[in-house]
Amino acid sequence: MGASQTRTEHQYQSLADKTGFSLEQIKNLHQRFQHLSGNEEKISRENLDSIPALANNPIKKQIIEAFFDKRNQHQEEVGFFEEIGFEQFLMVMSHFRPPTLKMTEEEKQAMRKEKLRFLFNMHDTDNDGTITLDEYRKVVEELLSKSGAIDQEAAKAIADAAMLEVASTNVPHMGPDDFYEGITFEHFEQILKGLEMESRMHIRFLGVDTTTMRCGKSTS
Amino acid sequence: MPSRTEHHSPAGVGRSLPERGLLLLAVLVLLEGSVLPLGAASSPDTNHQGNVDNHNEGNVGHNVTTKKPFPVLSLDYHHIQTPFEISLWVLLASLMKLGFHLIPRLSGIVPESCLLITVGLLVGGLIKLAGEKVPPVLDSRLFFLCLLPPIILDAGYFLPIRPFMENLGTILMFAVVGTLWNAFFIGGLLYAVCQIQPSNPSSLHQLELLPCLLFGSIVSAVDPVAVLAVFEEIHINELLHILVFGESLLNDAVTVVLYHLFEEYSGVGTVTVLDGFLGVICFFVVALGGVLVGAIYGILAAFTSRFTSHTRVIEPLFVFVYSYMAYLSAEMFHLSGIMALIACGAVMRPYVEANISHKSHTTIKYFLKMWSSVSETLIFIFLGVATVDGQHDWNWTFVTVTVILCLVARVIGVVGLTYIINKFRIVKLTTKDQFIVAYGGLRGAIAFSLGFLLDNDHFPKRNMFLTAIITVIFFTVFVQGMTIKPLVELLAVKKKQEAKRSINEEIHTQFLDHLLTGIEDICGHYGHHHWKDKLNRFNKKYVKKCLIAGERSKEPQLIAFYHKMEMKQAIELVESGGGVKLPAAMPSTVSMQNIQPKKPPPAKTAERALPQLPKGREEEIRKILRSNLQRTRQRLRSYNRHTLVADPFEDGFNELLLKKQRMIELEKKIKEMSNYLTVPAAPPDSPTMCRARLASDPQTYSMKPGSDNMPSIQVDLASPQSPDSVNMLDEFKLANQQRRQEEEDQGLMMKPPSSTGGHNKSGEEDGGRDQQKLMRCLSDPGPSADEDEDEPFLP
Repeated sequence: MGASQTRTEHQYQSLADKTGFSLEQIKNLHQRFQHLSGNEEKISRENLDSIPALANNPIKKQIIEAFFDKRNQHQEEVGFFEEIGFEQFLMVMSHFRPPTLKMTEEEKQAMRKEKLRFLFNMHDTDNDGTITLDEYRKVVEELLSKSGAIDQEAAKAIADAAMLEVASTNVPHMGPDDFYEGITFEHFEQILKGLEMESRMHIRFLGVDTTTMRCGKSTS
Repeated sequence: MPSRTEHHSPAGVGRSLPERGLLLLAVLVLLEGSVLPLGAASSPDTNHQGNVDNHNEGNVGHNVTTKKPFPVLSLDYHHIQTPFEISLWVLLASLMKLGFHLIPRLSGIVPESCLLITVGLLVGGLIKLAGEKVPPVLDSRLFFLCLLPPIILDAGYFLPIRPFMENLGTILMFAVVGTLWNAFFIGGLLYAVCQIQPSNPSSLHQLELLPCLLFGSIVSAVDPVAVLAVFEEIHINELLHILVFGESLLNDAVTVVLYHLFEEYSGVGTVTVLDGFLGVICFFVVALGGVLVGAIYGILAAFTSRFTSHTRVIEPLFVFVYSYMAYLSAEMFHLSGIMALIACGAVMRPYVEANISHKSHTTIKYFLKMWSSVSETLIFIFLGVATVDGQHDWNWTFVTVTVILCLVARVIGVVGLTYIINKFRIVKLTTKDQFIVAYGGLRGAIAFSLGFLLDNDHFPKRNMFLTAIITVIFFTVFVQGMTIKPLVELLAVKKKQEAKRSINEEIHTQFLDHLLTGIEDICGHYGHHHWKDKLNRFNKKYVKKCLIAGERSKEPQLIAFYHKMEMKQAIELVESGGGVKLPAAMPSTVSMQNIQPKKPPPAKTAERALPQLPKGREEEIRKILRSNLQRTRQRLRSYNRHTLVADPFEDGFNELLLKKQRMIELEKKIKEMSNYLTVPAAPPDSPTMCRARLASDPQTYSMKPGSDNMPSIQVDLASPQSPDSVNMLDEFKLANQQRRQEEEDQGLMMKPPSSTGGHNKSGEEDGGRDQQKLMRCLSDPGPSADEDEDEPFLP
């Protein structure tokens, strides 16, 4: 018992270094992971699908897919997993950490880029590096899917207008025969600059907040 | 926060110096002229007495012999005295406001509130010089019942809900704990200072603890009127604005409780622990009760607005009356009227805006701005007048200690609270933020009115209190108000982002909301987003169905936002004088065609330049047009013709918007189909040409269909213009022909060019004429200022 304890803690420590969570948070998330997987080592899509609270979420599928997307593991691989382990689970969760007070501007920018990359991957389902009009239309349709019977035209019109906006902000002068291929990551960053993603895209993780735990210690 | 001071600067800036001087002179003369009746009016009793005497004498005389000649012209000031006085004050306030904006340099350096107080001082001084008694203008009842509610309603109705709710914890901490700390710190230390006068037994020794604490609670509350007046001009970022402003609104509950608590027991002299405990309970009752009362009235107003579709004219009235009644009801129970008003405005707004017509919305917005503007001006002027008038009891020690203690207490309070708050916040407050929050703690007229309400018997030091309060107010408004703007520049505090909200941001905000809720659910963590999502779903499922009329209750937020944007673009299109390109807001040549994927060319590339619409498509187009037409008509025919003069310009405007809508739909439809490259492209006339042509033609606008019977599209193959500059008027013709087609139920055919240039010109003339008329009727800036407030146009 003692040996496995230290081994788990050793594992936790390496995970903490890699993802930036605190030990307390990792322990809580591990408990949740065990709960979701039914005490197995890995979870599959069905495990996540069966969470009752997610049933009302219009973008449930995209969220679940994001967990199994290899691009979110920061390892230059593409494609999808069938099942993920705790480490991959934690890696995806690490995208939702909040910024700390001691972060420099560069660190904040890096965090923002990372979060925007996560969103971009969620939209760019065929992984060609751009969000095409069809993919964007799908996004809007999914967003409106749980809001009752929606006119297809409205969703398309909104997606078209949004795309037009991205195009005209980033490439202001296009000739009549030019074709705007799709939203690249740079354009995506540009268009969502005003939202300050590093402050908005985060959740409070269970357990003690990183900053108070590390008062006096090095930054997370 | 939208600015209430409309900057009509072009007129004033261009004037030369002698003209400006003349204008100022005229204003001063008017001032002088208005001062005298104000002064004369203040001594009504002597007048009245004189009248009575005359009347008696007249009677006696009448009994004896004489018959007075019939008075052709007589003066009876007494008859109209009160309304006349009120109108004069309001007129004075408005003229002052006008005057300040004619002197741009001055209004850049000194905030308006300072100037207005100075004017009040001048007016009060003039009245005193004229030997008349200064009217007691800042009567507390007048202030709390008439002058304060419009300002608070304006603030509450346009409160940005999202940032307010996100920072609610911080705001409450500052409002409740901060005010309590201020009150006890100032009151306690003042008492201590008063007691330690060693050698000379000054009158300060008589001051007991409880009156000191009462004084502390009066002077410690941050004032919403002053904060609004100063912060509006400095345009700091949304977070700081909502923190200081929210604090000034929510500390009303604390002030009310403390004030009543100490006032009750100052006579007795002691406050027991039980009283303290009851005070705490009272605080919760006051705060939550106020919010509850406001929410109830808000829901009532929303429900009433559901049925106003046939009487659009009185819609704004419901908003105002329900809100005012919420305020009065709360005041009746000694609950927090300000919180009631805020709750009422915030609760009713989303539902009312979905129900009322666009014009009612504009009316509400402008009336609220107008009333609150006048109220604020009057408050500051009255402050000045009351300063001159009051019986002052100046005590150097007391006043200076008060001012110093106010500053020190505020700084310590803010720093201490921020330290605690930052442990719980994600986006921490930096030192700069703390400084602005501390420096922005301005006191204002509420403190003065509360002091004025004190009874002189219970509080022998009332005059000293009032003097100290006025000094603190002057200090904060003048010194802090004037220096905050340069300090903001110096410290490079983040300013308000002026960028318009784009549809991409809206899509992603919603996306983020759902994403974060989903992640929270996966974590098993019932956080912030989870509850917000639950509330939204509850709102959509039950509440909206009750409170919003008709189809609008099911409209998702994204679609509402999109319609809002379309409406705004349509208005911009019209206001920019027409022209056939999309408005300058998008100064790019990117159009729908650039983003649509190219489809392979059709098998049949026969001689015709334009394709024939397949039957299914045509059905679709017709259905969309018809439904758009119906919905637009429903929205626009919103006035009862019996009560308002029919406005031909409005009809024209409606037609134009209809056409614009159809044009957009058609453009999309057409472009989605197989290629067609050369589209009608008669070179568009410059706007001046259009206007010149129709200067001689004053007929009322009517959209005459083309003279041809056969519908046609003008295709000018000679000038290869880019397809996106589709001639709007040719689209109109297409739209016309569509309409006729619906009635005639024929297939849709687009024929190659056949009509003459003359036909085209008359079509253009129509459009041009319409633009001319619209330019005239659009002289007022219109409701295009703030995105968040415009209601969606189409259902």
